Amino acid sequence: MPDMLAVAFTLNGAPVSLEVDPAERLLDTLRYRLGLTGTKEGCGEGECGACTVYLDGLPVNSCLIPIYQVHGRRVETVESLDPAALEPLRDSGATQCGACTPGVAMTACWIATHPQLLATHSIRELMAGNLCRCTGYDGIVDGIAAKLAGRP
Amino acid sequence: MNVLQPRTKAEALAQLAERPEAIPIAGGTDLLVHWPTRPAEHDRTYLDVSGIDELKGMRWTDRELVLGALATYWDVITDARATRELPLLGQAARQVGAVQIQARGTWAGNIVNGSPAADGVPVLMAYDAVVVLESQRGREEVPLAQFYQGYKQMRRTSDQLVVEIRIPRRVYAVQWFEKVGSRRAQAIAKVGLAVVRGDEGWRIAAASVAPTVRRCAALERLLAEATPLRSPDDLLPAIDRDVAPIDDIRSTASYRRRVMARVLYYGLQAS
Repeated sequence: MPDMLAVAFTLNGAPVSLEVDPAERLLDTLRYRLGLTGTKEGCGEGECGACTVYLDGLPVNSCLIPIYQVHGRRVETVESLDPAALEPLRDSGATQCGACTPGVAMTACWIATHPQLLATHSIRELMAGNLCRCTGYDGIVDGIAAKLAGRP
Repeated sequence: MNVLQPRTKAEALAQLAERPEAIPIAGGTDLLVHWPTRPAEHDRTYLDVSGIDELKGMRWTDRELVLGALATYWDVITDARATRELPLLGQAARQVGAVQIQARGTWAGNIVNGSPAADGVPVLMAYDAVVVLESQRGREEVPLAQFYQGYKQMRRTSDQLVVEIRIPRRVYAVQWFEKVGSRRAQAIAKVGLAVVRGDEGWRIAAASVAPTVRRCAALERLLAEATPLRSPDDLLPAIDRDVAPIDDIRSTASYRRRVMARVLYYGLQAS
């Protein structure tokens, strides 16, 4: 048995504390210890963004975060999103196989709640860390634009 | 696996003196890549510096911008003063992965990871940044241009921690950064080039064309002498003195050499 480490953090608004193997990544803890399987593993190297979660409000790759660094911090996963907030993405044809969708939804909702970012960044630049191999990106970008415009 | 989690810089330096084999970890964006398939890395000791408040953020003095060792790319991208006064920092930061990486990766980590293809290092080097190292033995300041000694070899001893990066505040008549990769986003550089001209003269720092990011003394001399240039090829003799590109998974030596000449030539024409 490895030396276990106690970590406590806020997960989707509720406190969580558990003993972890320090070699676990946040992604592993979410999926295999806490049963939150919405967060997907794609590449495991911080490239594809399928594992995107919010750490203290910023989108990050949970495959690159050692669980011991999450102690005392705030984590939100795709399970925390309001399904209604995803309707523009559904309506714009932004999903196909669904592997990238949880990560895409996380970054998309982060952009939608931080529209001031568009003063310096394009939607495409902000979405560059979420790879989609099915639909291409036009549907995703259109869905986010519709969300920002408040269109149904 | 052993994880040390100091809360203060003093505690971190004491732990590092006692356990010089410990690997400092901040954002983890390099160390955690493909982590489950690298079990040997799991048996090491890590010094998690991410909880040390003294190392966070950035501050301005009359003469310098000082990046704390935990300052991230995103910290700089979202700092209007930094992107205005030292614009190459923000431009390079926006080409490191995407927001998920920018939110976690640190400038200090980019330096000590020692990748020849680093994006943050060439702009810091062109701006004459100084790496500040501390250990229980004291404080040492090393110009970034003299920090690397060979591929992944650098002037940091195992008991030293990078505590800050100091960047002089200067006015530049010319400053640009160009990264050539396979794609516009999420690519590792085939060639990176940071070029500035200020009162101190030209600074050219090149990435991905040598075992380390490095200053290009022959090119700087050529520009200081205002040598007339008729085509990109006129830069090749100096490029061949300054850098030593190789064939690897991302590109070829001949592509890198030609592209470096063209990026530099046309960048100079435009600036």
